[in-house]
Amino acid sequence: MRHPCCLGAVSAVLVLAACGDGPAMSGAEPARRYGLGRTAAQEEITARNVAVGPGGEGLPAGSGSVAEGAMIYARKCASCHGTKGEGIAPAYPAIVGRDPGTEHFAFSKDWKAPRTIGNYWPYATTVFDYVRRAMPHAAPGSLTDNEVYAVTAWLLAANQVIAADARLDAKSLAAVKMPYQGRFVPDNRRGGRGLK
Amino acid sequence: MTDPIDRGSLDDQAGEAGLTRRELIAGAVGALGGAVLAARPAQAGGQSTRSVQPTGQAPPVTAGPAVPGDPTRLLGTPTSAVGVRSPFVGAVRTPVGEVTGVSYAPLQDLTGTITPADLHFERHHAGVPALDPERHTLLVHGLVERALEFSLNDLKRFPQVTRACFVECSGNGRSPFREPKPETTPQKVAGMLSNSEWTGTPLRLLLDEVGARPQAKWILAEGNDACLLARSIPMEKALNDALVVWAQNGEPLRPEQGYPMRLLLPGWEGNTNVKWLRRLELGVRPWMTRWETAKYTDPLPDSTSRQFSFEMDAKSVITAPAYPQVITKGWWPVSGVAWSGRGRIARVDVSTDAGATWRAAKLQAPVLSKALVRFTHQWEWDGRETILFSRATDETGYVQPTRKALLAVRGIGTDYHFNPIYGWTVKADGRVFFQGDT
Repeated sequence: MRHPCCLGAVSAVLVLAACGDGPAMSGAEPARRYGLGRTAAQEEITARNVAVGPGGEGLPAGSGSVAEGAMIYARKCASCHGTKGEGIAPAYPAIVGRDPGTEHFAFSKDWKAPRTIGNYWPYATTVFDYVRRAMPHAAPGSLTDNEVYAVTAWLLAANQVIAADARLDAKSLAAVKMPYQGRFVPDNRRGGRGLK
Repeated sequence: MTDPIDRGSLDDQAGEAGLTRRELIAGAVGALGGAVLAARPAQAGGQSTRSVQPTGQAPPVTAGPAVPGDPTRLLGTPTSAVGVRSPFVGAVRTPVGEVTGVSYAPLQDLTGTITPADLHFERHHAGVPALDPERHTLLVHGLVERALEFSLNDLKRFPQVTRACFVECSGNGRSPFREPKPETTPQKVAGMLSNSEWTGTPLRLLLDEVGARPQAKWILAEGNDACLLARSIPMEKALNDALVVWAQNGEPLRPEQGYPMRLLLPGWEGNTNVKWLRRLELGVRPWMTRWETAKYTDPLPDSTSRQFSFEMDAKSVITAPAYPQVITKGWWPVSGVAWSGRGRIARVDVSTDAGATWRAAKLQAPVLSKALVRFTHQWEWDGRETILFSRATDETGYVQPTRKALLAVRGIGTDYHFNPIYGWTVKADGRVFFQGDT
């Protein structure tokens, strides 16, 4: 169940615990509780929580290979992203590509240089997370976890990040290091005089 | 104030007929406007002084919506359940017909600071979801003492906050930055910008309710749309001025603005203001979603990319005169909007001589933090070609830069946060064109 808006099995329980049993998070004022909302059951949280973190947090059981991913990609992804992930301009930019001309992370100088998974994305887990959340565009949520692993594997292999005979699961996906992870820097703008 | 109608001829007529001022104006316009007179009801004849509205304008030369020649002699329409705009008003967004698309707010058609909710710009990545407010809930969980689910009705029982706040997509102004073209309207220059009065619950109250644990440093905000759009938000912002809002300009949120509830992060890039909010997860570090890695990051000239660039820097744009207006010699208000994601606008300077001199524009009160402010500068055009500019300064002292300055520090390929000074060239024949190469 992908969008569980209402799980009837969970009874509405008003939480009426006394104030002050949790840490105060609002600065000078002590935390107040109004007894609003209902307790969320663990199965409810599990059903709704699809997030995956960069360390592999939240990755589900299952696995998929590059070869399996190639078949799924051809059937469910290529119509928009192109047979090799080259994209279909202008609506669908390239998602695959390691053109030597764009291997220097010099996108600031050339806005037409395609930013692909291989030459830009900093975390492999993001591929799994995004495909599971949003793809295929016209049928989001329709892939099994194994299929998401497989499509992720194909995309990473096509981008020359993992081997062509690789199989991904929670552990191996979390271990994948993307080529340009180190290029992402925190925001240093702070207002005031001067331009950054 | 200059009367739009020649007073000499009015005084002459008044002497003859002893008419009231309103009738005088109406009669004068009628005398000038043969086409309008010809269209008025027959019974008015040549004696009526109620023939046309005292607009002081020349008769229309193009066909418009059908209206009576003399509206004072016909009963109007009855009351209605929901009002609609005058058929003479053509303010519309610019939908592209795609679910991943964008639809810009018609800045040139708006005055003051509040964007009508149905003209608020739209941007979504998987279409507008249809959500039942009775079934939709907001789950708050993760590093909390107790995970809770809040219904819309639950949210409305917390203490409420109402405030004005702009929302701007951080991609606003990308094409005019990269390839400025003269034939560009304010809508296309900066229309991924809107300003509303929002009502909602301070997020910190919800965090108190669930008992946020001290280890929690980031919150994942997730939407209930077909891409489950998700952004990682630092805890400091959540505890500062973040709201979970359900109302906009006095009415429930519009579906395309997040009905029944959305996150509102005042001053931060539009994408972080997650619409159709269904889940907030408290954690120790960001999740690195697609929208904070592959997208909404800013490539820089040193071959790095700026991440979590949340604040929208100070910016302004003149919305009139602007393309495709054609102006005549004489007085015009140079009018526009300014805003800063870091606080209040301190001043807006306007140049009407292509940047040679600048003058402080008048700011419409009240000047609110992280909200649009309307500025005006009354200007008499002498008929010579010139360029109009506006330049905003916010309360931190940050000054809206030129495009050249932005290019120098970020490069042509930077992908978000475009806030260059914009100009409007006024040709000697009165035509106005966008001047983005500043």
